[in-house]
Amino acid sequence: MAFIDRTARSLLLGELVSGMGLTLRYFFGRKATINYPYEKGPIGPRFKGEHALRRYPNGEERCIACKLCEAICPAQAITIEAEPRDDGSRRTTRYDIDMTKCIYCGLCEEACPVDAIVEGPNFEFATETREELLYNKDKLLENGDRWEPELARRLELDAPYR
Amino acid sequence: MYDFFYNTNIGLVILTVAEALALLVPLLIGVAYLTYAERKVLAAMQMRKGPNVVGPFGLFQPFADAIKMVTKETIIPSGANRVLFLLAPMLTFMLAMLAWAVVPVNDGWVSADINVGILYLFAISSLGVYGIIIAGWASNSKYAFLGAMRSAAQMVSYEVSMGFVLVTVMLCVGSLNLSDIVRAQQHMWFCIPLFPMFIIFFISALAETNRSPFDLPEGESEIVAGFFVEYSSMSFGLFFLGEYANMILMSGMTAILFLGGWMGPFGLWPQLGVLWFILKICALLFVFLWVRATFPRYRYDQLMRLGWKVFLPFSLIWLVLTAGALMAFGWLPNA
Repeated sequence: MAFIDRTARSLLLGELVSGMGLTLRYFFGRKATINYPYEKGPIGPRFKGEHALRRYPNGEERCIACKLCEAICPAQAITIEAEPRDDGSRRTTRYDIDMTKCIYCGLCEEACPVDAIVEGPNFEFATETREELLYNKDKLLENGDRWEPELARRLELDAPYR
Repeated sequence: MYDFFYNTNIGLVILTVAEALALLVPLLIGVAYLTYAERKVLAAMQMRKGPNVVGPFGLFQPFADAIKMVTKETIIPSGANRVLFLLAPMLTFMLAMLAWAVVPVNDGWVSADINVGILYLFAISSLGVYGIIIAGWASNSKYAFLGAMRSAAQMVSYEVSMGFVLVTVMLCVGSLNLSDIVRAQQHMWFCIPLFPMFIIFFISALAETNRSPFDLPEGESEIVAGFFVEYSSMSFGLFFLGEYANMILMSGMTAILFLGGWMGPFGLWPQLGVLWFILKICALLFVFLWVRATFPRYRYDQLMRLGWKVFLPFSLIWLVLTAGALMAFGWLPNA
């Protein structure tokens, strides 16, 4: 009996037809494609994108040159040099991130005691030359100025979980 | 005017060329849009959108692809047999075009209304395997060779059961002329009384055109691209055109043999004629693509088992049954 049942099923192509029914349902179903350069997928507040150095609202840079980010960086992508400024506060004279070494782990952001170095939402920073990916302090501060509203919002949203 | 075209040699040549172009140009445009349709259908069934950038809804994509293809460099491997290597794609393409000579697209619209039309079609589509074997041999590459071997074995296996299906249809019609076969379906399409043969024929057509799930000759994941792995540029393009033209041809053959060719269902709108034929071909081609989106590739031994141990005995038994029924009830057409 089982033999007849099996043979009948395979002769009637039951499984094949049900499989084709499934693909037909998908044919008329909603598509998952987003039209990338014009449409973008959602990004979480912890998304680790391009780095930025932030400032206080009064324009003073946050970084105090503690070098915790440099120490924790597993890829050793960060280079910091520091000396006291004229007003006696300790500031960086050099803050470089080699974006070609960076593995976007976010440890620098976690290590920073003053939320100075953060990874922002921007992931579209491809360049045509390698040199452009060796970021210096000016570039990072400029990133911070450009993305500040977004960066502050992300930090606020993520604050309960830190 | 009539005198010039029908009673002078040059007029006849012009007429013949025009006739061939009238058939082949729409066919090649059809091939171009079949590649587009394939990408769209596969995409839709995989929750994607498919090409949508070149032109409205990506409709100019086939032309962009064609321009890309012809502007590429033709590479001939140093170990290849140059003559055969270049001959193979031309052969494949030519055979795919040649078969259309006997296909009736409407009542009386056929360039060569020969009495052995179905035999001619069958012969030409069998010759298609030579293009593949020559390509595989001339490439001097192991993947191409494996692909060619697979293709030869596969086509031979499936042609046998396909032949029996054709014999069944011939028995019911009493003629080898394709137009007669369509006319014999005036009252009932053969896909109803011969439904199992219709299914067998369609599945064999998948195998015959090397389409998924029987695309072993090109078996992407095992042997790279199979018999055309060494081809590039227009020689690759000719294989591509040939393969897709063969798909259209096989759909046309199925439409003629089982779905009443240019006739509408229940004799509806007979004046549409060729449009009915095109519509049926499109529906069958959609099933070709649908099957590709649904099923994984057969293993080689499964393919052989299906051909020799399932389809062959099944079609043979059905042939004998049909012949018996026709004899017993006195339905034989020319008796």
